[in-house]
Amino acid sequence: MTQELNLTLQVWRQDGSSDPGHFETYAANGISEDMSFLEMLDIINEQLIEDEQVPIEFDHDCREGICGTCSLMINGQAHGHEKATTTCQLHMRKFKDGDTIVVEPFRARAFPVVRDLVVDRSSFDRIIEAGGYISINTGAASDANLTPVPKEAADTSFDAAACIGCGACVAACPNSAAQLFTSAKLAHLNLIPQGQSQRFERTETMVDTMETFFGSCTNHGECHEACPKEISLDFIAFMNRDYVKAKVKNRKLAGQT
Amino acid sequence: MAATATNPQGSTPIFRRKWQLPFPLNIYQSSIGRKWVMALTGIGLLGFVIVHMIGNFHIYEGPVQLHEYAETLRGLGGGLFPRTFLLWLLRIGLAGMFLLHIHSAYSLKERSRKASDKADFVSGEKKYGSKRDYVAANYASRTMRWTGPIVLLYLLFHLADLTWGWWLGDEYVLGDPYHNIVASLSSLPVAIIYVVANVALAIHIFHGTWSLFQSLGINNPKYNELRRSLAKGVAGIILVGNLSFPVLVTAGLVDDDNRKCEVGDVACLEHEAEKH
Repeated sequence: MTQELNLTLQVWRQDGSSDPGHFETYAANGISEDMSFLEMLDIINEQLIEDEQVPIEFDHDCREGICGTCSLMINGQAHGHEKATTTCQLHMRKFKDGDTIVVEPFRARAFPVVRDLVVDRSSFDRIIEAGGYISINTGAASDANLTPVPKEAADTSFDAAACIGCGACVAACPNSAAQLFTSAKLAHLNLIPQGQSQRFERTETMVDTMETFFGSCTNHGECHEACPKEISLDFIAFMNRDYVKAKVKNRKLAGQT
Repeated sequence: MAATATNPQGSTPIFRRKWQLPFPLNIYQSSIGRKWVMALTGIGLLGFVIVHMIGNFHIYEGPVQLHEYAETLRGLGGGLFPRTFLLWLLRIGLAGMFLLHIHSAYSLKERSRKASDKADFVSGEKKYGSKRDYVAANYASRTMRWTGPIVLLYLLFHLADLTWGWWLGDEYVLGDPYHNIVASLSSLPVAIIYVVANVALAIHIFHGTWSLFQSLGINNPKYNELRRSLAKGVAGIILVGNLSFPVLVTAGLVDDDNRKCEVGDVACLEHEAEKH
């Protein structure tokens, strides 16, 4: 038997980037506890359209928790209070009847608000463009398992690759730092043999690009708590180590230990 | 792979490097390099705090031993260097580490403020409409920007108090540190300043000791758990050790009574020290 919730929503409304923005209060009545948070917003929007009002804009795509498009600060926490959950996978059964929920966009100077709850996260794309790829000639397709990869390193690389680039780490960070995102993208390639040839160049360019848009890490650990993919703070330490190594290393001897 | 800093659709960069300094100064141009400098100078300053505290424990042995310890510091490297040469070298190095630690902290705070600065934000702290719910950040990590300046102000007070003897006046005796410390800490307001400042110092060190491993990239799942315990241990020892001085003087357990040498009789102190 599903229960129905009656909620009060305080939603950030902002008519474009030049508008100062404000909170608007909406009543969300008869919400099924089986709905996801985004489905609840869909219901509100249907009502708004019926009342000939402008619906609330928010980012969403796969609604399966793997694309990194949905965002939202829900009651001051990125993707809501549930651990390791994206907003699209946050279900209304996690809220109580009569709750007041505050919904805001992810905030950072590098994430300007486009409209309402939609923010522009293209600063992340600039970081990826700076080196988040492998661009070496690999020849024809080689046999599987030709390159031995230690199991532990492969697992760690996979853990880092789980980052969906949603920006919750930046939103949760009091410094608006993008260390967790950048370090995950670096570790994903830097921990496996295929990424070694460009390892230090990549670390230098991606970190330098990150620093043009984002703040500086003070090791609070808020990013890890907010991360829907539970990316570890250990990756930030790997990045810090590799960055100074990149500055010091004689790259004419790259590949030699 | 070239670092691009243009963002056609999105935000404007907060920080653009105008030129690249030669190695190794280019490391200090980046935030991560600056965190390395903050961590390394932090280790140096932490070392100073610990050695300073242990040295000060000589006060519990008596005026002669504390005088002897002070003389040892002045004569460091004796036979190789002129008297007080090594001490001055250490002092200059210490001052340099302080300046770098403060500059890196301040400049990084500014970068973070810029990265959060907008109409929606207040003084570098993000202002969300709902009460910001910190999950992982502890009291120590959130107050680094306050405990740091408190320790700096205290440091200046401490130098003026016991190194330069500004407000002890005639009570201040060069060469009798035991008497100076007792005379200064006997005043309750001064003792309270020492207690408050050392609590701030311990809180600062608690986050710093854990954080420096992260900044330096010293990370290994095998001993990551130990970093927190180390931070607790180091901060705890410094807290107890440093608080013992104002507390025991205020309690009257360390005083100028029953001294072998009269207050200010430096010649007697030197004579007694030679007997050891």
